Parts: sequence; structure tokens; C-alpha cells
Amino acid sequence: MKGYITEHPILKFQRGRVVKFYFEDKELQGYEGLPIAVALHSAGIKVLRYSERYNRPRGFFCAVGKCSSCLMEVDGRPNVMVCMEPLREGMVVRRQRGKGRI
Amino acid sequence: MNSPNSDFDIIVIGGGPAGLNAAIVAKELGASVLVIDDNPQLGGQLIKQTHKFFGSKAHYCGIRGIDIAKILSGRIHEMGIDFILNATVIGYYDDDSIGVLKNDELFQMKAKRYIFATGASENMLAFENSDLPGVYGAGAIQTMMNVYGVIPGKRALVIGSGNIGLIVPYQLLQAGVEVAGIVEILPRVGGYYVHAAKIKRAGVPIYLKHTIIEAKGKECVEAGIITEVNERFECLEGKERTIECDMILIAVGLSPLCELLYQAGCRIEYIPELGGNVPYYNEDLQTSKPNIFVCGDLTSIEEASTAILEGRIAGAKACESLYGKNKRSEEIVNQAREELKIIRQSPFEERIVSGYKKMKMKYET
Repeated sequence: MKGYITEHPILKFQRGRVVKFYFEDKELQGYEGLPIAVALHSAGIKVLRYSERYNRPRGFFCAVGKCSSCLMEVDGRPNVMVCMEPLREGMVVRRQRGKGRI
Repeated sequence: MNSPNSDFDIIVIGGGPAGLNAAIVAKELGASVLVIDDNPQLGGQLIKQTHKFFGSKAHYCGIRGIDIAKILSGRIHEMGIDFILNATVIGYYDDDSIGVLKNDELFQMKAKRYIFATGASENMLAFENSDLPGVYGAGAIQTMMNVYGVIPGKRALVIGSGNIGLIVPYQLLQAGVEVAGIVEILPRVGGYYVHAAKIKRAGVPIYLKHTIIEAKGKECVEAGIITEVNERFECLEGKERTIECDMILIAVGLSPLCELLYQAGCRIEYIPELGGNVPYYNEDLQTSKPNIFVCGDLTSIEEASTAILEGRIAGAKACESLYGKNKRSEEIVNQAREELKIIRQSPFEERIVSGYKKMKMKYET
């Protein structure tokens, strides 16, 4: 898979099964169980949502579930922190616009 | 996982170096202990530290952070200490119980004592377009790269030259990512000289007396504009330079995560030397609520080595408050205090030590 470190002088990465998921209706692949943001970032997707007031693009910032910069719509649910939410097969992930709808 | 209603002597919130050591000591002293952490694995920020740590031999000097995390979580397993992962403590209630959110389910738990080891979160920096995707916390990129093995980008500009600002660029180079430079507003590097020397040898420029004024790019970062500053930190005109990059990493310090303590009604003090708003605590790391103890970055932004030692003190002191002192608990506390004293003699700890003096004045009056 592209976008991942294959050789590292110190670290060895154990990754799970590769699964399919959907981002804005496009089929993508990612490692099951790793955060959704990992799959998106490795696929070169950096804009995760648009801000409430000025519609500005936003990406992740903290990657540890603290800052809320990476809120997306996952399987119809808004405000999911994709830096923490594990990727599952068949997930439908969308950029969130504004506050999201339930 | 534990049954939602089980009660513990001590619940430790946060499974980093401070929290795990608190749990290990408390268990050793006979308490029933539960550790709660919102991450998928124990170890806190150690799980992304590929560099070897300094400090005393007794506390993992010369060992990589990732391996210290393995040793500590190994001890947790060996000692049969209960822990819940992927769980967030979202509330502290009037009856001294806490609300824990796990798998979209909320349950309530209660302990006789709590040890908060919630750590800290990365500070943001205000500059034009600082909300553009591609502006990341330096620690966030460390997580992406060292925990999940993602190639974070092509070329990084790092803002801040504290230890994180010096270590992350080195780790970027290890992962095959180019580093355009490190920007530091002060006339000197903030972190340890060893880290700075390593980065200089690798040919990464360090722009002292510089700051970032703008991120350029349409939907994502394409460049950063930095400029020189005078001794009053005012930007000098005509000194701007544009540095091409697809990542701007912010490494300008951390702020203690004390939201839950606010909620619990703990007294909070503003002590900039310790990291801003910090819980008030005494020498025993006990807050203004006698059933709540604190340790690690939550008490002051320092190092893993000090977090480990504070964790040991908090663990022992929480037990002493339940069962009274004993030879072993006193031994643990004295040893940890002795080692903290040695670490805090370092010139890098001057700021922290002055912060502690302020805190001490508060509890002595």
C-alpha cells in the first residue's frame, strides 16, 4: 500500500487486514483497526471537513482525540473524531460541512 | 473488561509514564487499582518516542521510549492490574464518582482515591492561515509516523526548538521525510544540546530569532513565510522568507489537561512556569480535594523521567492516605523525591523549579 513507511531504522510496523471503505463515494483501502485518519492521510487526503462559520478547510491537528479538528461524518453519524475512530470494512466516510446533521 | 459497577480503591486516569507508575506502586502497596486510558494501548506518549532517554539508570536511561512503554505495560500485565483502553473519562460527579465512555456506552465508576495523570495537549500558535490542513501539532505527526507508520508528508517546517521541536525533525529524517528547517523565536535553542547537535549534523537549518507569520496554500499547506524578529519579538520588515513545505509542525509547548479537575471542583492555579493552568497540589501531589492526587505533565510540563517519579510518589501517597504510612511506602517516596531533586538541579529545570516555588508559596500560606 502506498503512503506507508516500509523501511525504518528502528521501528517495525504490524498492520492488520486491508479493507475497503468509501470516502466521498470513492472506494479506498486502508488497514482495519487503525484510525480512519491514518487511511485518509496515507491516501493523500488532508481536507477532512469545512468549518462552521467561514467554510474553511480543516485537517487533523492533534491526532490523539483532543482538539476536534478532524470531525467527519462516518456511516451517517456526524462529529466523529477520525483520528481515534478505528477503520472498519465498508465504512462510508464524508467530509463534514458545518456542525453536521443527526 | 471490568464489570461497570466494580469499585476500586484507586482509579488512575491516564496510562502514560506517570499513571502506569502510580498504578504499579499502588498495587504493590496493596490497593486494588484500575487504569483508564482513551488510547488503544498503554504507554501514553512513550509509544511514539524512538529516541533513547536520559536520566538515572534506575529509571530507564539509555532505553528508547517505545521500549519503556513495553516494560511498563508488561509490569501492568504481570501484576494483574486492571485497565480499560479506548475509554474516556468524561465527567466527575458530586458523589465522587466518574463517568466513563466506552464503545458509545456511558457507565459510572467510583474509587476511594483518584490519581489523575491526564497529561497535556499541544499548544496552537496564531498566525495567518494557521487553521489550514497541513498545520499539525508536532506530536500529531509523531503519532502518525511512529505509531501508525504513515509517511506524513514530503517536507516539513518545524516551529519551536524545545525538545519536541528538535526530536521530531530527527525522526522525520529517519522516516525519509525532508526537513526544511526549525524556527525559533528566541536567540537560542530551547531543548537539550544533544538533540540540537544531532539535527545540525544532519544539515537542518535552525532559524534563531525567527517566527512564522503565515501559511500559504489553497486547501493545504504549500509554504510557510517566516521572518526575523527583534529582541522585543517584533517582526522585522524586509526579512521575510518563503519556505516551501507541505507540513508546518507546531512545537511551542503543551498545556496540562485539567478539565476534569475543574469539574471535580479542584482548585486551579495559573503558574506559567509549570505550563499555565495547573491543579493546585501539595508536596504529596494531593489536590485541594483530599481524595484526588495528580502526577506527570498535568502538574508541570516536564519529561517522562520526572513523570515516572511523580507517578511513584502519587501512587504511594494515595495509598498512605488510605492505609497510613509503612516502611515500603516511605522508601518509595523518599527515593523518588531524591531522584527528582537530582534531575531538577539541571539548568533546564530552572523554570520548573521556580514554578514549584510559586506553588509551594500557595500551600504554605
